[in-house]
Amino acid sequence: MKYIYLDNAGTTPMATKVIEKMTETMTNTFGNASAVNYYGRQARAILDNSRHVIAESINAKNDNEIVFTSGGTESDNTAIIQTAMARKNEGRHLITTAIEHEAVLKPMAYLEQEGFEVTYLPVDEYGQINLDDLKQAIRSDTILVSIMMGNNEVGSHLPIKEIGEIVAPTNAWFHTDSVQTYGALDIDVQDLKVDLLSVSAHKLNGPKMLGFLYRRDGINFPSLIKGGDQELKRRAGTENVPAITGFAEAVSLLPAEVKEEHRQKYLSFKHQLVDGLKENGIDFEINGHLEENQLPQIISIWFKGFASDSLLTNLDLSGISAAAGSACTAGSLEPSHVLAAMYGEDSPRVAESLRFSFGINNTSEDIDYLIKTLVKIVKK
Amino acid sequence: MKDKSQIRVVVGMSGGVDSSVSAYLLKQQGYDVVGVFMKNWDDKNDSGVCTVTEDYQDVAKVASQIGIPYYSVNFEKEYWDRVFTYFLDEYKDGRTPNPDIMCNKEVKFKAFLDYAMSIDADYIAMGHYAQLRRDEDGRVHLLRGADDNKDQTYFLSQLSQEQLQKVMFPIGHLQKSEVRRIAEEAGLATAKKKDSTGICFIGERNFSKFLGEFLPAQPGEMVTLDGEVKGNHFGLMNYTIGQRKGLGIGGDGKSNEPWFVIGKDLKTNTLLVGQGYHNEHLYANSLDASKLSFVDDISDRGDEFHCTAKFRYRQKDTGVTVKFNEDRTKVEVIFDEPVRAITPGQEVVFYDGEECLGSGTIDHAYKESKLLQYV
Repeated sequence: MKYIYLDNAGTTPMATKVIEKMTETMTNTFGNASAVNYYGRQARAILDNSRHVIAESINAKNDNEIVFTSGGTESDNTAIIQTAMARKNEGRHLITTAIEHEAVLKPMAYLEQEGFEVTYLPVDEYGQINLDDLKQAIRSDTILVSIMMGNNEVGSHLPIKEIGEIVAPTNAWFHTDSVQTYGALDIDVQDLKVDLLSVSAHKLNGPKMLGFLYRRDGINFPSLIKGGDQELKRRAGTENVPAITGFAEAVSLLPAEVKEEHRQKYLSFKHQLVDGLKENGIDFEINGHLEENQLPQIISIWFKGFASDSLLTNLDLSGISAAAGSACTAGSLEPSHVLAAMYGEDSPRVAESLRFSFGINNTSEDIDYLIKTLVKIVKK
Repeated sequence: MKDKSQIRVVVGMSGGVDSSVSAYLLKQQGYDVVGVFMKNWDDKNDSGVCTVTEDYQDVAKVASQIGIPYYSVNFEKEYWDRVFTYFLDEYKDGRTPNPDIMCNKEVKFKAFLDYAMSIDADYIAMGHYAQLRRDEDGRVHLLRGADDNKDQTYFLSQLSQEQLQKVMFPIGHLQKSEVRRIAEEAGLATAKKKDSTGICFIGERNFSKFLGEFLPAQPGEMVTLDGEVKGNHFGLMNYTIGQRKGLGIGGDGKSNEPWFVIGKDLKTNTLLVGQGYHNEHLYANSLDASKLSFVDDISDRGDEFHCTAKFRYRQKDTGVTVKFNEDRTKVEVIFDEPVRAITPGQEVVFYDGEECLGSGTIDHAYKESKLLQYV
């Protein structure tokens, strides 16, 4: 059977050059980057180079603003929980949105249990917040605003620069979860006025269980993970240098012009898919906008009258890997909190939508096959 | 006949050894097998983890060992609407429902069957101890499982011809010990897993406590047929006809024999108790039943016929005469010999030899044509 992978927002295959780079590092450099010996220095040099590549990619002022973590989830947890712990005497109020990833929502819920107050900004049917809501929500005791740059389920792209302008003059720090956008967009942390930014390596053809947290100079809090003094005491634990070189390689493979090329390609896939479904008379709607303020690599579609789980299984049995919301630990789909926030809990979209997310290996033939298969399933 | 690899069989996998072996055997036989786990009950613990996680993980392990794709499907709403509300309603009426029969009729062989058809299944398969015989014209007969001790036709007796035609029971011809042996030889992860017991959604929990969360307990008196108050009960729904445990009455009275539930009076919220396992009020000669369902048309047997019946799971068959009412919506079932503890709400299941004909829900029990006050 032919297999097609359209779940790149979930994870991506590693790029060949990333694998080569990691293999090379694993083969030649095993040292502990914190060790004061020959092998340690070798590892340290590679680690420093990788950190520099990554710092440059977001226009960080200095390399030490990049702290390697075990991934997007740890970066989000660190940014939120450690900000709260460090600033609890200044205030106990945080602001986020209703459509964040669990890696943001769960730490927020945890802080609520610990006596903090969290404001969840609502979104409209395009997965966008109202900036006036944000302005009104910020108080003198607000210590953190955490708003994702791009949504993982529907692909809405939030106006981080405008949000940064709003938050900058206040007492609050500004964190953005950039897990879905770092590999897709050009990000300049200085221009965006963000204080904290979370990234995961495996969303851009890098290795899993690796990410970083950008921490603007002057934003200080201890490591969430307690242990050694690695990462300038910002994250304990021996750095996975081979994976980090792979991460830097993955970043090097994505200069601005390549990202632009990808965006154009994914946008054309989106149009191809939507046009194809229309031509075949499929009754569907896009969740959110098709193009406006949208990440090009993610599209969420409501297939009217078709349960997500059955559609997903049908596609999978035809060799197409897609996604729908998140699964509970027993494997069954949970209603999407993102679609519920956009359209209401009772909207059929919550249980009748699928997400397709494109990646570097996808071709227009894949999209044709997807259309053909969807038509077959829906018209059965 | 189609090549087996062209026949898609969707197996309901619970994470137990029976459904694991069912999937394994079908795969060995060359079918296009897909495993599907059903999540029927929302049972999140405080940290939001589904407690059925382990069962699903076992499905994942076994399916990977066998080499089949596996999925999970959520029927919480269907289960709640079609099984659990019935379950509570029956208790409210003082009866003892059988949710597993309803679960088979409405969820496992209906919602699941519909789901399976939506992913192009030719058949669904389940790990029940029951067998099917298919006539040349496509009609199926439901037969007891080969393992007398495990036969589960009691729970399948409300299924229709249309449902059963789409079903396979791959282990129905096996003894439980053989199923375990096959699982062990194949190295399946569930080979040594303990069998689940009790009603699926209640599991190992305290039944009365569970029921109390949904139905407020209404305590009342325990009274003998002579009107003597023997103590208090904590809600009629917590007792079933013929039950001995949990009454807390000492062995005084007319004899030193233990006390049993011999009836209920819903109107006065009274539990009727009497002494002796063989208390005469526990024995009935006949019953009437409704909500009839037969696997096949049985009009050729006439308005009255003789067969055997079970009144609860794992009971020995009793010879009975079945008499239909005029519009064939109800039956009167007359026993060849008296039967103990006929329980309204449970099923009376009819058999002709090895064949399970169908069943009805017990409404009333009678002793020499006199109604026994069981509800």
